Amino acid sequence: VVEGLALLDLGVSPYSGAVFHETPLIIYLFHFLIEYAELVFMITDVLTAVALYLAIQDFNKVVFKKQKLLIELDKYASDVAELIRTPMEMHYIPLKVALCYLLNPYTVMSCVAKSTCSINNTIIAFFILATIKGSAFLSAIFLALATYQSLYPVTLFAPALLYLLQRQFIPVKLKSKSFWLYSTQYAALYLCSLVVIICLSFFLLNSWDFIPSVYGFILSVPDLTPNIGLFWYFFAEMFEHFSLFFVCVFQINVFFYTIPLAVKLKEHPMFFMFVQIAIISIFKSYPTVGDVALYMAFLPVWSHLYRFLQNIFILSCLLIFCSLLFPVLWHLWIYAGSANSNFYYAITLTFNIGQILLVSDYFYAFLRREYYLTHGLYLQRQDGTEAMLVLK
Amino acid sequence: VDKAWKELSNILSGIFCASLNFIDSTNTVTPTASFKPLGLANGTDHQLLRYAVLPREVVCTENLTPWKKLLPCGSKAGLAVLLKAERLFHSSYHSQAVHIRPICRDASCRAVSWELRQTLTVVYESFYSGQGKKDWSLFKMFSRTITEACPLASQSKIYVDISAKDKEKELLEVTPSPTSLHEAIVQGEKRTYAVYDLLSPSLFNTSRSLNVQLKWKQPQDSLELSTPILHAHRYVSGYGLQTGKISTLIYNTHPYRAFPVILLETVPWYLRLYVHTLTIITKGKENKPSYIHYQPAQDRRQPHLLEMLIQLPANSVTKITIQFERALLKWTEYPPDPNHGFYVSSSVLSALVPSVIATKEVDMEQSPLFTSLFPSSDGSSYFMRLYTEPLLVNLPTPDFSMPYNVICLTCTVVAVCYGSFYNLLTRTLHVEEPSKGGLAKRLANLIRKIRGVPPL
Repeated sequence: VVEGLALLDLGVSPYSGAVFHETPLIIYLFHFLIEYAELVFMITDVLTAVALYLAIQDFNKVVFKKQKLLIELDKYASDVAELIRTPMEMHYIPLKVALCYLLNPYTVMSCVAKSTCSINNTIIAFFILATIKGSAFLSAIFLALATYQSLYPVTLFAPALLYLLQRQFIPVKLKSKSFWLYSTQYAALYLCSLVVIICLSFFLLNSWDFIPSVYGFILSVPDLTPNIGLFWYFFAEMFEHFSLFFVCVFQINVFFYTIPLAVKLKEHPMFFMFVQIAIISIFKSYPTVGDVALYMAFLPVWSHLYRFLQNIFILSCLLIFCSLLFPVLWHLWIYAGSANSNFYYAITLTFNIGQILLVSDYFYAFLRREYYLTHGLYLQRQDGTEAMLVLK
Repeated sequence: VDKAWKELSNILSGIFCASLNFIDSTNTVTPTASFKPLGLANGTDHQLLRYAVLPREVVCTENLTPWKKLLPCGSKAGLAVLLKAERLFHSSYHSQAVHIRPICRDASCRAVSWELRQTLTVVYESFYSGQGKKDWSLFKMFSRTITEACPLASQSKIYVDISAKDKEKELLEVTPSPTSLHEAIVQGEKRTYAVYDLLSPSLFNTSRSLNVQLKWKQPQDSLELSTPILHAHRYVSGYGLQTGKISTLIYNTHPYRAFPVILLETVPWYLRLYVHTLTIITKGKENKPSYIHYQPAQDRRQPHLLEMLIQLPANSVTKITIQFERALLKWTEYPPDPNHGFYVSSSVLSALVPSVIATKEVDMEQSPLFTSLFPSSDGSSYFMRLYTEPLLVNLPTPDFSMPYNVICLTCTVVAVCYGSFYNLLTRTLHVEEPSKGGLAKRLANLIRKIRGVPPL
């Protein structure tokens, strides 16, 4: 960003080079705030934590209300008393979420590094707050800002829409008119605010240069600087013939989990949002540890799933070890010269596998709890022995 | 213009057997201020100018042969007889140049003709002779002597610099005696040249061949070279393969005159320059350039171009630093020996250096050599173009033996994600039906019955 500002001062368009890839709104924001950069990033982190706190507080109320409704409707089996959530246990969850975000070493690292990822996290947190409060207008605006910054939050449109529909008590049926009416309203709000923001950036810098530099850069991955993701080494070692094909495949990979997840998780849009944010931060083209911090902040919300998680110890050890080994192997490769790029790449692979297995573990635990809630906790087979649950 | 540039570089590459066809948009820049056309030109639009450097290529015998072929007599007669490859390349510095420019054919300038100027610069280590004396002769340097002048040449001369430092005439001696003496002001100093005119019939009277020899009368123990008024040094600093810093030091040793200098830096795109880290410090204080033109690089398309007009105060050292970050390239973009590093071409300093002694106007007709080698527009300064050292930087390298492995491993990780999500999304949880026992279970029960252990 500092380089972009310097180029702007020199009279050269910041996007004429290949160094600056942020949006024009960020340039203008930092034009005024560059002196207080550390303070700005601390404030954004605090704002994110506060937004998450308020969001989860409201969400807990919604969850509790829904649970009461389902109990009264007698949808739950008889022996699931220990799976029902009580307000007592849910009381400290918002605080835990906020602390989990603020004290996460990944958050601290991205604040110290003054990475613009913190600003992205703040916008997404405000978007979640607006969605949970039920305000479609604000939620569309924040989602448009988040999409404008980095392209991937457009997939968060689906969980937000499902949540708002649930809140309005509109059932999700393809034939229902009110469903389509509300969806088009929300989509129109979102698209309009996106168009307004893009035109505003055009007027700020008087050129459309920023579109290939920002969005073309995210989509076509030209810069292969090593990061914690999977793709830098993949494209560094790619045969030229296939690079377009694999770029397309990897970009589709981020976007295509949305529809199946929406079909499966339409009753539980917040969990869908969590899984979607996790998928974005694992498979985006330039992931950073700030993205990881955002979805990890949501883990205390699902702490009641703890008894159904299968591999949590191994996965948490894996993630901690990988995080510790990342800087060590980076130093060995780049500075000491005694290791190869393969070492760093291997840690990238294991870190991403750890993240993927963590998310799928939570997903499995969630589905299992839902099954137990409706079918009873102590399942018995026809001959009276204890039953095992399998996915078929 | 770009099409013509590409054609020109390909044709020159073919003529000179040089790899000039590697010149493409990734190493061509369009400087705005450093170069001006030397011959007749209709306009001075700098958009028509292209400048490219290939720092990795070296000059070798294959380039010398076509260069010699361009000479009117080739290497059969005249001065070019001396240019044999095995002695020429046994030197510390070797440089060949070809300059083409349009000039007026006569004084009224009604017709334009093309002037082709070829230069060859060689620097020999004089102590190779092994005796510690700096005597040299044409035979020692080139293992050949000149037998005749080129019949096609209108002028063919040898100039030997016999300027004496302390006005003592008897420090050195040249044999045979020169045809005439010539005095000129070169780069601010008065120099005397002994001239051997090969076309004059008196030269080859006594012997069939001409071997110019220079002997020092008194042994020179130390060589005192005056420091030039403008000189520069460039180096790269920093450790590790992530970041680095390019520093250029420019020295102005003139005792009382300050003058401006234009610095042109071309840095390849894979060293990402950060122009906000550009600092220019003279005598401990910051020095702001009066003109900056910065063209940032685009990945795989265009290099960085930085041109600055810097004022150098008298008797000072100016340090210009800029930081950069090293990029990771695709594995096919690395040269055959990737750990050798990548070359950064020299930066160009152009200046009108004020000279201590006033130069007099020299007519082009009288001494074409001096006006083209040491041009000066007015009496008080002379134009100098200085090239700094090329730099060698290392870039982080991926492992080149691994493309297939990398593709397999990364796709495995993506498939793990896809597989677990597919399972969770398309399958539902069911209570496991007790199976009546497959073949393996029945076999195991059989073995257990034999062992006397209760069955599964």
